[in-house]
Amino acid sequence: MEHIDWSLVNWSRAQFALTAMYHWLFVPITLGITFIIAIMETIYVKTNNPKWKEITKFWMGVFGINFAIGVATGIILEFEFGTNWSNYSWFVGDIFGAPLAIEGIMAFFMESTFIAIMFFGWNKVSKKTHLVSSWLVAVGSNLSGLWILVANGWMQNPVGMTFNPDTMRNEMTDFWEVLFNPVAINKFLHTIMSSYIVAAVFVVGISAWFLLKNREQYLAKRSIIVASIFGIFASIVTIASGDESAREVAKHQPMKFAAMEGLYDGQQSAPLVAIGFFGEKDPEVPNREEFAFELRIPNALSYLAFMDPDAFVPGIKDLVHGNEEQRIIPYEERIAKGKISIDALAAYKRAKKSGDEELAATQLQLFNDNFEHFGYGYYFGKDPHLLIPNVKLSFYSFHIMVILGTHFLLLFILLLYFMFKKKLPKMRWLLWIALWTIPLAFVATEAGWVVAEVGRQPWVIQDLMPSIAAVSQIDTYNVQITFFLFFAVFTALLIAEIKIMLTQIKKGTQH
Amino acid sequence: MFEKLNYLTLQQYWWAIIALLGALLVFLLFVQGGQTLLYTLGKNDKERSLLVNSLGRKWEFTFTTLVTFGGAFFAAFPLFYSTSFSGAYWVWMVILFAFIIQAVSYEFRTKKNNFLGKRTYEVFLYINGLLATVFLGTAVSTFFTGSQFSVDKMNLVRLTGEKMPIISVWETPFHGLEAIWTLENLAFLQNIALGLAIFFLARTLALLYFQNSIDHTEIIKRTKKRLIIEASLFLVFFLFWLIRLLFLNGFAVNPDTQEVFLQANKYALNFIEMPVVLILFLIGVALVLWGLFISIVKNSENGIWYSGIGTVLTVFNLFLIAGYNNTAYYPSTFDLQSSLTIINSSSSKFTLMVMGYVSLMVPIVLGYIIFAWRKMNATKLTTTEIESDHHAY
Repeated sequence: MEHIDWSLVNWSRAQFALTAMYHWLFVPITLGITFIIAIMETIYVKTNNPKWKEITKFWMGVFGINFAIGVATGIILEFEFGTNWSNYSWFVGDIFGAPLAIEGIMAFFMESTFIAIMFFGWNKVSKKTHLVSSWLVAVGSNLSGLWILVANGWMQNPVGMTFNPDTMRNEMTDFWEVLFNPVAINKFLHTIMSSYIVAAVFVVGISAWFLLKNREQYLAKRSIIVASIFGIFASIVTIASGDESAREVAKHQPMKFAAMEGLYDGQQSAPLVAIGFFGEKDPEVPNREEFAFELRIPNALSYLAFMDPDAFVPGIKDLVHGNEEQRIIPYEERIAKGKISIDALAAYKRAKKSGDEELAATQLQLFNDNFEHFGYGYYFGKDPHLLIPNVKLSFYSFHIMVILGTHFLLLFILLLYFMFKKKLPKMRWLLWIALWTIPLAFVATEAGWVVAEVGRQPWVIQDLMPSIAAVSQIDTYNVQITFFLFFAVFTALLIAEIKIMLTQIKKGTQH
Repeated sequence: MFEKLNYLTLQQYWWAIIALLGALLVFLLFVQGGQTLLYTLGKNDKERSLLVNSLGRKWEFTFTTLVTFGGAFFAAFPLFYSTSFSGAYWVWMVILFAFIIQAVSYEFRTKKNNFLGKRTYEVFLYINGLLATVFLGTAVSTFFTGSQFSVDKMNLVRLTGEKMPIISVWETPFHGLEAIWTLENLAFLQNIALGLAIFFLARTLALLYFQNSIDHTEIIKRTKKRLIIEASLFLVFFLFWLIRLLFLNGFAVNPDTQEVFLQANKYALNFIEMPVVLILFLIGVALVLWGLFISIVKNSENGIWYSGIGTVLTVFNLFLIAGYNNTAYYPSTFDLQSSLTIINSSSSKFTLMVMGYVSLMVPIVLGYIIFAWRKMNATKLTTTEIESDHHAY
């Protein structure tokens, strides 16, 4: 397809990446801090200690600023599936639309209704109703996370559907399979729990700053205790679900897995590159990146992927060029079969129209036989290396995420330990580390999404629909204009948010 | 229970849900209307703060309803979602940008160090109030006047065609903005009229809402004066739009062949052939007028409830005549047969059934919204309350 407009595809991708990454700067805090606030308010209601009410209100104020901009950046994401990914919206809207609608009905209304009580209802409803409202805000935000992650999990591992050749789209056949898709469940746990880590890092970081400044001691110490315990719990679940996620990726998205590890040649008993830096590109082989430095853990990758230290882990080369021994079909063959599938569908439709039922039946059979390669057909006549995601970006993002995740867990443990030993306020170095860990939490969580989404490229829906077949037909300049508009508006709002937030935090609990 | 419904009934059921969400959205646009009246009604900072705060407790309902309206359309009628949002790209982008800048404005407006300054956030609120109402009204009017697009699902399997394998294509480079200058059948007049009607309706409802929720003699006095002007402008544009609509050629569908054709007075016929819809529509209009009447003549502060429920009924039934009774609800003037109907654009029967169960949550949601509204509006908002609330906007 020489007529593919790559610049349109790339600008559409850039716009989605830009808006999603901006949105994700605010979501993790909302997801986690709402629970931290609800826990604090529960302590207030149980103890009746007005100090806890002040602590709760302080964090609520911080949350309010963050929530507003989260909402502002979030609205566009839902609509972008229509505005910029229209073919996708048709092709899988029958399955993908449902979680988005449920998110609105089930989660957004809960969140937005009870947030008004949470902020303005202190003197209008009973203490208990207020507490319930605060919990419902937390539940509502996290429910919205559930549905959007079910949708995203489905893009990584499409299940519970079948292609209907008469309507030319995929249709849902089993709602529960979509909801309980193992990839979706893991994704939900991993994303939600890692968001709690971000929120916990945020709370302990700010509290550490108060301790460094010798201010708000009561608030800071108690906040560190609540947030560190919350953070340790979240870290443990994040690590467990991340481990499980790795196996899911290895199973359903072997190319993403190979890219995450920079594994070009597949091997038995594959080692895990714990830390590595790429050097020069291999001039002989396209897309091959050589490590300039690497620290390997023997057999660990095989174990991570298949719970077997000797298992074979396919590399990028095996996936592109095939590996007979491991029964991996080369991309060229998949592309050819995909083309057969697409052509058979076209022939089926023509036969149906002309009333030739016999021909229609044989073409339908041919289509079904090759359907698992359908999406590859869109790469007919193209270099199969285009089906490799950006290896460097996938590798670095993955490793940054893992290394930082470990750092967060250690930080929470140390903070909690020294807090109980009553030594923390004197340990300025640790408090400074806690403060400077705040930006790292955002780096880690954004890196996580980069791994998930860049690693899936060029697929919008794994193996089923590539981005070149998913976009909207618009002249590229329109997307360029909206890209820069989003960039300008979101950046201005981000600057405003940070300035307001810092002022609010500096004010502490004085109103 | 939804398993027992046939496909067409499910499609009609979901069109009714879309209509309900659309109708609630139009009612809730009173928040937007109010945002355009801050300087008309508020003569100093204190008064404007009172207005902003009374709207600030409701803005999320409008926002959430818009998002849910979009989500429900996606789930139930994905072909509309893909065709309209990508095609009328600029119309939807303008609406979305208007909501993006709104969402931060309440929270950021009076905060210290807010980078852009208080006035900028007030301008954002005004822009949102103006553009969201006018553009949403214009967009809904194209449900009756049509747009220029084509849909060809075979594009998906045309690997050697001239175009990319994309099924919905907008046939003008203006991506929806042409709705305000399309001369054919004077569509531009119709579209602009509904845009302005919604704008003035939103302002009218905002005035009624303020009367119901604010305790401030001076402001209430001003709302009463203003109400006559805004309501009159609303009625002029709405009646113009409605009367012309009844005489327009509509986009009818042959139920046997699903072929789309132009039919004279189609929308008037839809009212006549669906008398329940007509009656509910007329009750809606009457309630809107009654709300205005009791506010203007009887000094009642409950006008918002009559006019609000009236708005919901009116808009709900307008959506029904756009989609029911063999009518194409999103017509294409470029290629009649590309027009979208509730039959050719809907999700599969299975998905509509699953979503049917999801829709059972709507009454629960409405229930807790009413609970929260009553609690929060039990006493009227005063400047004293705002001054003592550290979270006030």
